[in-house]
Amino acid sequence: MTEKNMTEEKLQDDIGVTAETALPPEVDGLRKRFGDQVLDVEAGLDCPSVTLARECIAEACHYLKGEHSFEQVMDICGVDRSDYRGWPADAPRFQVVYQLLSVSRNCRIRLKVGANERDLVDSVTEVWPTANWFEREAFDMYGIIFNHHPDLRRLLTDYGFEGYPLRKDFPVTGRVEMFFDEAQWRCVYRPNKLEARQLIQKSWPGVDRG
Amino acid sequence: MAEIKNYTLNFGPQHPAAHGVLRLVLELDGEVVERADPHIGLLHRGTEKLFEEKTYLQNLPYFDRFDYVSMMANEHAYTLAVEKLLGIEAPERAQYIRVMFAELTRILNHCMWLGAVALDIGAMTVFLFCFREREDIFDYYEAVSGARMHASYFRPGGVAKDLPEGLLERIKGFTERFPGFVDEYETLLTENRIWKQRNVDIAVVDEESALEWGFSGPMIRGSGVAWDLRKTQPYDVYDKMDFDIPVGVTGDCYDRYLVRVEEMRQSNRIIEQCVEWLSNNPGPVKVDDYKLTSPPRAEMKSDMESLIHHFKYFSEGYHVPEGEVYQVVEHPKGEFGVYLVSDGSNKPYRMKVRAPGFAHIEALDYMCRGHMIADVVAILGTQDIVFGEVDR
Repeated sequence: MTEKNMTEEKLQDDIGVTAETALPPEVDGLRKRFGDQVLDVEAGLDCPSVTLARECIAEACHYLKGEHSFEQVMDICGVDRSDYRGWPADAPRFQVVYQLLSVSRNCRIRLKVGANERDLVDSVTEVWPTANWFEREAFDMYGIIFNHHPDLRRLLTDYGFEGYPLRKDFPVTGRVEMFFDEAQWRCVYRPNKLEARQLIQKSWPGVDRG
Repeated sequence: MAEIKNYTLNFGPQHPAAHGVLRLVLELDGEVVERADPHIGLLHRGTEKLFEEKTYLQNLPYFDRFDYVSMMANEHAYTLAVEKLLGIEAPERAQYIRVMFAELTRILNHCMWLGAVALDIGAMTVFLFCFREREDIFDYYEAVSGARMHASYFRPGGVAKDLPEGLLERIKGFTERFPGFVDEYETLLTENRIWKQRNVDIAVVDEESALEWGFSGPMIRGSGVAWDLRKTQPYDVYDKMDFDIPVGVTGDCYDRYLVRVEEMRQSNRIIEQCVEWLSNNPGPVKVDDYKLTSPPRAEMKSDMESLIHHFKYFSEGYHVPEGEVYQVVEHPKGEFGVYLVSDGSNKPYRMKVRAPGFAHIEALDYMCRGHMIADVVAILGTQDIVFGEVDR
């Protein structure tokens, strides 16, 4: 592994590119190939994390799978950043986070793209078929819409469910409850009367300590 | 000429071979499966939403309830993720205890799997044999944590308590008995004509498809990829353990069965090594920082500082530095990952659980196509599906 890295770094030195020694070749590759569309690169605690422009995600995945042998996408999930402390107001509300794994090179990389409610994120199902359900789940939980997805249905919530449960503005108690209606002799939904309560307040170190 | 129509069959969610609450819509051409559409989510409890409302300590017991047949393996991923963000490392003895229990959990899981699959296919005896060994392991769970299933034993920073006296001897006795028990299962199944007819050349997955469909764990090893996170990206003390990775050849259900049976033997080897080390090396089992672990009860009776720590630890909890991490472990079913985003507060901002079964059951359609309807049960079995983790 280290030997391979070293040879690649040496190659880059030979062709006169200043290699950032801390970052692996796939990050440099992404930077070279996509230029301005690579918005941010972090070294990360576990693996490098690259924020990309929304438009190039499918192409970047094709590139990483083809050129850098990331054979597997292990996870795709949404993150709702609207409640995050210090999150810029003009930044996209949602993030889609891709965890890629290369079995042959034994390394990982994390890709992130930003999206707002009505933005389309290109689906990566044609790169890895397994992305299908992960994207369906992100759609189900956050309402992130994936372009060119073959079958964008809800996945985990009930048939006919309304709303996107993992958004920060969705109450943890939900909006409806199900009960059995004797008169109609079937299960029906009605608005629930649960009060939202918080047993332990969210707190940060050094603040909120009255 | 008679008109031929496809027949749509609804399988589950109350079917005994559906391994829980799977609703499977099968499109059949005679007895041949044309398309399988799994409808999951009947056990969806919104755990990921609940995470965001609970402190890091309160979140731990939810992990037992993901894959409810390999409880401590789930906790392991969460524990390591929080530790990584906190920048701490558990003491060596705690790491050995965690590895030992993670491997006991692997045996627990594979016994459940083997028994259930054999029962699905029609072999009753294996089920009874496997549950006999599960009972032993449940006893060890109870001895360390007080609970037979949902242990909440691994904690960020170590484990909840040190092992009780005499437990290591009992586990040692188990490791001596267990290879004989695996031989018993193999006598019943490995050369069994019916078992082979039902499993050999069923749902063959080649290496490339296994990678594309996001397989991991025994599923990908059954297809001939020697990939085991315990070897390739070792965590805790797995790098000090001596064990082998079994790999399949053809990638059919029978290979995946052989891989899992061999894994039980290898897990047994790891447990033996852990028992050996643990009996000679006493020491602390959690980090020495009472902001992150609870202080000993005896100290609380006399020391004001400990009392405050205890109160803060169990009410407000601890603050985890801002950052994100994707932590994986080699779960008995495959790669179990926790993607944790922290905003620096005492509750996770977002926690996503990557369940191995989720990717496997997604590939059910791919694996079932062209097979007979009776094989659907064998394929569902070989995937080792547990709905607690698939639906979350």
